[in-house]
Amino acid sequence: MTIESSLIVDVVFWIVSFVAIVSAVVVVQSKDLFKSALFLILSFFAIAALFVLLRAEFIAVVQVLIYVGAISVLIVFAILMTRDTQIANKPNKLKIPGLIIVGFILGTFFLSISGTYWVTLPENGPQNVENVFSNTTSWIGRMLLRDFVLAFEAASVLLLAAIIGALVIVRE
Amino acid sequence: MTFERVLIVAAVIFCIGLYGVITRKNAIVILMSLELMFNGVNISAVAMSRYILPASLVADTQTSSIEALQFLLTGHILSIFVITVAAAEVALGLAIIIAIYRSRENSDVTAINLLKY
Repeated sequence: MTIESSLIVDVVFWIVSFVAIVSAVVVVQSKDLFKSALFLILSFFAIAALFVLLRAEFIAVVQVLIYVGAISVLIVFAILMTRDTQIANKPNKLKIPGLIIVGFILGTFFLSISGTYWVTLPENGPQNVENVFSNTTSWIGRMLLRDFVLAFEAASVLLLAAIIGALVIVRE
Repeated sequence: MTFERVLIVAAVIFCIGLYGVITRKNAIVILMSLELMFNGVNISAVAMSRYILPASLVADTQTSSIEALQFLLTGHILSIFVITVAAAEVALGLAIIIAIYRSRENSDVTAINLLKY
């Protein structure tokens, strides 16, 4: 990979992660529920772009289809069914303890990430590894239907149970 | 764009979601923050899969056997299952919120105390 292209990758990475983090903060802090849902969609898009940068195109497409396409629509519908959405996002009494807990956990993450000696793959890895990452979809399909076929079938049963459960719960 | 930076972005998104789950009253916002936490975990799983070589490949990077190579993508598989479970979870969670809202006219988790007394 040449210097120019890696510089472009760096710039795109900073922009995308900035958008993802700022819109995540807006999701949590905004008073208006509908605004939170829209910024959640923006955050999902930015995270999908991050997946593309990590050479995970299939996961990025799945992220856009399921999170942006389905889950956000569900959340928006649920918001439309409730009232007083302009001022609905109120904090509870745990603001200071929450900040302390989250700061402690984030500090632990920083220390463990920066303190670990990671043996990472170089940017231009071995040719066979690069071949896998240039064609992830077929490899994922092969793994899902061979090594993880039990989990794959269990996921379909889980989704069926979730559909039936949601129908039973919301029925009058 | 190094491995540590991606992990730190994932950790920050996870912690923002955790803060939302801890400090917000509205059940829908709690579900949205939960989705942010799932996304942070997904980012770190995919980044691990991209940057860390599995142990079966470390010894001999020139091997091209399918059994050794396919475990490069275990993080992708993990994030696919996380997304599946998140979809099921959000469908059920929103159904429960709507059912509660119908009977109590409220989606405030601190006011839902039917089982408390």
